[in-house]
Parts: sequence; C-alpha cells; structure tokens
Amino acid sequence: MIRPLILAALCLAQPAMAQEATRSFGPEAATARLVLRTTTDIAILAPTVEAFVAAHPGQAVDFEQWGSNDLYDLTRRDCLAGRRGADIVISSGVHQMVKLVNDGCATAWRSAATLALPPELRWRDEIWGVTREPAVMVYNRDLVPPGEVPLSRFDLLDLLRPADTPYAGKVATYDIEASGLGYLFAFMDSQEATTFGALMEAFARTGAVATCCSAEIIAGVASGDYLIAYNVLGSYAATAAAANPALGVVIANDYALILSRAAILPPGAAVDSAGAFLEFLLSDPGRRTLERTNLISTAASPDAEDDVASGGRRVLIGLGLPLLIALDQAKTRQFIARWREAFEN
Amino acid sequence: MADAAAPRPTMSLSARMLVGLGGLLAIGGVLLALAAYGYGRAAARDAFDRLLVGAASSIATSVSVVDGAPVVDIPVSAFDLLALAPEDRVGYLVTGPGGMVLTGYPELAEAITRPGPEPALFDGRFTGEPARIIRYTRRFAERSFSGQVDVVIAQTMRARDQLAWNITRNALMVLAIAGVAVLVLSVLVIRSALGPLDRIAARLEARDPQDLTPIDMALPREIGVMVGALNGFMGRLDRQLGTMQRLISDTAHQLRTPVAALRAQADLAGGEDDPDRLRQIVGRIHRRSVSLGRLLDQMLSRAMVIHRIDAARREVVDLRDIALELVESADHKLVAPDAVVRLEIGDAPVLARADALSLGEAAKNLMFNALTHGEAPITVGASARDDAVTLWVEDAGAGPSEAVRDQLGDRFLRNAVSRGTSAGLGLSIAKSVAEAFGGSLEMTPRPDGFRIAMVFPAEPPQ
Repeated sequence: MIRPLILAALCLAQPAMAQEATRSFGPEAATARLVLRTTTDIAILAPTVEAFVAAHPGQAVDFEQWGSNDLYDLTRRDCLAGRRGADIVISSGVHQMVKLVNDGCATAWRSAATLALPPELRWRDEIWGVTREPAVMVYNRDLVPPGEVPLSRFDLLDLLRPADTPYAGKVATYDIEASGLGYLFAFMDSQEATTFGALMEAFARTGAVATCCSAEIIAGVASGDYLIAYNVLGSYAATAAAANPALGVVIANDYALILSRAAILPPGAAVDSAGAFLEFLLSDPGRRTLERTNLISTAASPDAEDDVASGGRRVLIGLGLPLLIALDQAKTRQFIARWREAFEN
Repeated sequence: MADAAAPRPTMSLSARMLVGLGGLLAIGGVLLALAAYGYGRAAARDAFDRLLVGAASSIATSVSVVDGAPVVDIPVSAFDLLALAPEDRVGYLVTGPGGMVLTGYPELAEAITRPGPEPALFDGRFTGEPARIIRYTRRFAERSFSGQVDVVIAQTMRARDQLAWNITRNALMVLAIAGVAVLVLSVLVIRSALGPLDRIAARLEARDPQDLTPIDMALPREIGVMVGALNGFMGRLDRQLGTMQRLISDTAHQLRTPVAALRAQADLAGGEDDPDRLRQIVGRIHRRSVSLGRLLDQMLSRAMVIHRIDAARREVVDLRDIALELVESADHKLVAPDAVVRLEIGDAPVLARADALSLGEAAKNLMFNALTHGEAPITVGASARDDAVTLWVEDAGAGPSEAVRDQLGDRFLRNAVSRGTSAGLGLSIAKSVAEAFGGSLEMTPRPDGFRIAMVFPAEPPQ
C-alpha cells in the first residue's frame, strides 16, 4: 500500500525539503515519543521498529523517511539553529553523518554494546555503524548469458570494451549528484583502486546511465531497460532478487565496499529513548530483525564463506575523520566535474 | 619506696622520621606532579603539533595552479595523519589571495589574519571546544598566479589531554612507588640504627647491681658518645661508693681501739674508791674523748673532702683568704687554747683553681697537726713563687718522723691512730686535696723549723 508511494517519492526530484514518507509505530497515547529520521525505506526498517516498540511498552516511534542529502541538510540546520529535530538519525550517507559529528552536531552515548562495535564503526562515542550492506552489481538473468555475468570490475570492463558491445547504454549506476550514497560509493571506489578511472572511461564511452535511486535502478534491470546495475546497495538488491527470480546479484570479487549505515543522536535528542533504540539495534534481537531484512548481510561479514557469488576483499567504509574529505567542497567540485565529463556526452 | 620514674616518652624517632619524610615526599610529590603535568602537556603539545604541521604541509603541497587559479585537492593522507588523534574533531580551511575561501570551514578565517611566525601554532576554539590551531602559508610565484595560499587546521584537544594525563599518571606512579620505598627504607634504617640502644639496655638489665665497670661494646660513634657519658657517670658512682665503703671500714677499724680504751678506763673508774685516782682516771677519759672527737672530725673532714673532690665545681680561689679565715676562725683554741697562730700573707692575690671548702679543711688539718705535734710558734701563710702558689703551715719543730713521711698517703695509719693521735690522717687529707687540684704536698725542713705546703699551679689573675 505504501510502496507505490515510496517509489514515486524516491524518484521525484525534490526542490523543497520534505520527508518522503512518515509512519508512527507504537501506541497513540505513548508516554515517550521518539523521532527517527532515516534514509532507510519504512517498509524495510519497519519490522525492526515494530520489534522495538513491542519490547518497550509506552514507547512510540515517529518514523520519517528522507533522502540522504535532505536529511543531512535538515539535521545540520536544526543543529546550527539549536532546534530540536530528530532524536536519532540513521543515514546511508555516512560521510554526511561523520561531518555532523565533526561539526559538533551529535550527542555522546556509551554502553557495552557500542564499545563492542569494531573501532572502524564508532567514533567519539557519537556515531555508530548499525548495518552491514555490500555494494553489489545487479543483472538481469534473462538477458545476460551466464558466461557473461561479471564477477568483478575487470569482468565488467571486459564486457564494455568491444566497440559493438551489447551493453552500451545498458549499464546503470547512481547519479552521484542526486544520491549521497551514490556519491559515497563512487568516492570510495576512487580511493580504493585505479579500476575506477578505467570504469569511468568505459561508462563514458558506452553511454552508461546515471540515474536516481536504488528502487528505480533495480526496477530498470528487472524490466530489461538496463542489463547491469553497478554499485547498488545490497540490501535493496537482495530484497528485490528474492521477489523477482529474473534478478541476479553479484558481490564483486576483486573488492567489495561494505556500507554500515551510521546512527547519531543529534543535540537535544531525547537521549534515553534514542539510546534505548540504538541499544536495540545493536542487541541480538535487533540484529536478527536487521538480518531478516538484509540490512545486515551475512555475505558482508569479513569472514563470510566464499562462494560463486561472493568472495574477495571486504572494504568496510570506516566512520572517521578521513570520510570528511568526501564532503570537502573542492574535492566534491572536482569529483563531480569528472563525473559529468563521463556521463554528459 | 616509689618506683623509679619512667622516662617521659616523646614522639618516637621512627615517627619523627616518617612525619618528616612523609611531609617532604608530599610536598615534593605535589611539586613533581605539577612538573610532570607541565611536562606531559608540553610533550603532548609537541607531539600532536607535529601531526598538525605534517597535515597542513601535506594539504599545502596538494595546492596546484590550474588556469591561473589555485586549486586544492586535499589528500586523504592528511586526514589519516590527523586521525592519529582518534577522538578529535578537525576543522580546516584553505584560502587563496585576499582570504578567498578555496575550501573548508569559513568560520576559521580569523586564524588567517592572526600574526605570528610561520607556521603559526596557537590555542583557540573549534565549534565550542578548545582546539589547537595551525596556520601554514604557501607562497606561489608562477607566471599565471602569484600570491599566497593559507592552510588552517583546528584540532580539538582530547588526545593531547589524554596523553598529558597518561604521562602525568605514569610519573606519579613511579613517584608513589619511590616514596613508599623511601619510607620503608627509612624505617628499616632507623630500626638498625637504634638497634645498639636495645643491646645496651639488655646488657645493663643483665648486669649485677654491684657491677659499675664501663660498658665495653662496639658501637656507632653517635651512640658511643652517650655510652662514654654513661661510663663516666658510673665511674664516679663507683669511686664514691668505694670512698663510702672505705670510710665505713676505716671508721669501724679506727674507732675500735679508742672506744675499747675508753671502756677499759670506765671499768677501772667503776672499781676505784680513791677520789684522787678516780679524778686521774676521769682526766684520762676526758683526754681520750677529746682525742676521739678530733679523730671523728678528721675522718668526716676526709670523707667530705674526697666527696667534694669529685663533686664540687672548681673555681678561682685566693689562697690568702683561706689562710686568713683559718687563723680568724680561731678553731685552734679548741685544741690548744694557749697557742698563738700567726698569719703571713702579702698584698698580691695568690690564685689557684680549686674548691675553697676542701682547701680550708686540708689547711685546718695541717694546722692542727702542727699544734698537736709541732712546736710554737705556728705560722699559716699563702705565697706565690714562679708559676706556682702555695698554702702552707710552719712550726718551729723538726717535723714528722721519716716513718710518717714515708707512709704519707696511706689512708691507714695504724700507729697514729692507736696512739690516739691522727697526724697521718691530716697529712693524707692534705695530700689528697693537693693532688685533686693538680698540685702536690711539699715538706720542707727549714733552719728555724719545718714547713708543710700544698703547692698548686698558679692561676693567672682575671
């Protein structure tokens, strides 16, 4: 019922800031209300929030779903104005969350559960990585012959190399100007390996498509508009692939970026409620609900067993100072200029 | 008899040492802690300032000139470097000529204009938290671009504070261990230093009460002083005890004969009816009693003199005063009512360092000897010669016999005593007194008699 709404909202350009969707969980007359702002689709995170309110009677959660750039701008503006906004913010734009923490827009929370996180996934006790989602390639099983399924970025380059490649104009990836997450993946790729330069060149040559939003890209692959989608968030891909057998998912075996959505408690947050929610996300029952919705991917764990679809090195996007560079104005300008060069001809 | 008074205990030496050392360590500890904290802060500042310089220089190096304008491409390595302070937030700003912001946090622009050497490092604030700030300037002189690019980095201080605190804490831990070691060591040293006292006490407790011999132990010098004093004290006690014992035994011995003679005379008088003979016997008893009284006087005088020799303070005495007092007191009238004693003294003081009372007793004994055994006229005098002074008694007789002179100094003069006289005892007293004050007893036959003199070293007039 909500899904068509979300899909529509996801793909709309949004000149004014507005949440994409909202929903309240828990009793109407709850004594404590928690405002959760996140980039995660309500439908995907709903089981987790429901489990949380079930475990905490008298606690209600007002769920607001936002685009990552809007969420960053809103949270930043609330912080600078000293206004109380969300109680907890969970975003896939982790570089944006890191910047908020660096600018003093986060409240500390310290517990055994947060301290148990690996050091890459917490910083200053003000930001925590709560999910594990690999960046994957999605392909259309009906249209891509099994022998041509790219298992790595090198395979993808090889597919695009021939002058008459059938994949010309049929490869899609995030529009990094519209999607904070797309920008982050592209930026991390550029830091990680020189393959990125070759890929940009190949995308430019074959007229690859940069477009908005996971859902649209995946739908495009399913419909056959695109044959392969590069750097799609694994949680959405796995969910879609489970529903549609025509979709194949590959975790690249040269290296795979692993995103851990970042949670912060903005200043002025209801720390007790927000902390309780954070504790729940990090607890075993919370993690089990996240695993069921693919927000914690077993394939994303560094010691996951290699099989045909997975393998190679896992590169966890660490939450820390170096991510600040991803938001540096000069860097962004240069990076986007390079990107446009590839996609706008 | 009441118990011997227990010594009043004051604070024990160990406690004094502990209090003193503890105070010293506490004051030193506070000073050292402050010093360690200051050092820790400086060390932490230097260490993390280097990171700042490295990061700023690495960012400045990444600036290149493209189409006549400076372009910055911040290297990840700069932030990896800053992330070595893992808990600290960082602000940065890169500006071109005229403060034009190339990238970063515009709120740090104030640091661009701050005067200071290059690179400038100073304390400031970053979004409400204390921060260390660096400004690093790179100057370009290209054909297409000439001017300066400033890099500012602000870093919060958590890692610095942490490191400073760690250094301080480690220093304090070492200090605390050393302090406890010093205290324990000092207690052990005091215990071992005071050990000899316990040994001395045990030795004294175990002693026979009669044993007044010196304590003979190997002792540290500091304690040896005290034991030396103790030994001196016991020596004096021993001599006095000896004097007392001799006095008692002499007295008993010397009184036996005269008392026996008195009893014999009294027995005789009891059985006598003839008044003439009775009177005769009573006369003898009287003479005997006078002689006995005289003997007792001398013995007491000798005991007193010997006691004073040990006990009395030496002072400067004019021997003329002694002679004058002796003649003026007219004690001799008791022994020889008819005798005349002359005084012979000069105008100049005759000074010796001695005890006036002892000298008076000794001179009196010499005078009585002369009255009893010598021949009139008797002369008492004091005179100086060369570097010595003399107090003398002279009579017209021939002086004591050779035998008496030879026995001089023996305390036991059986002959004299058994005769009921006591010339020897008087001489013995005079000799003891003379020797006790560093002098001697001289007997000099003279053409017109015999002089007996106590000779002392002369005391220079004050």
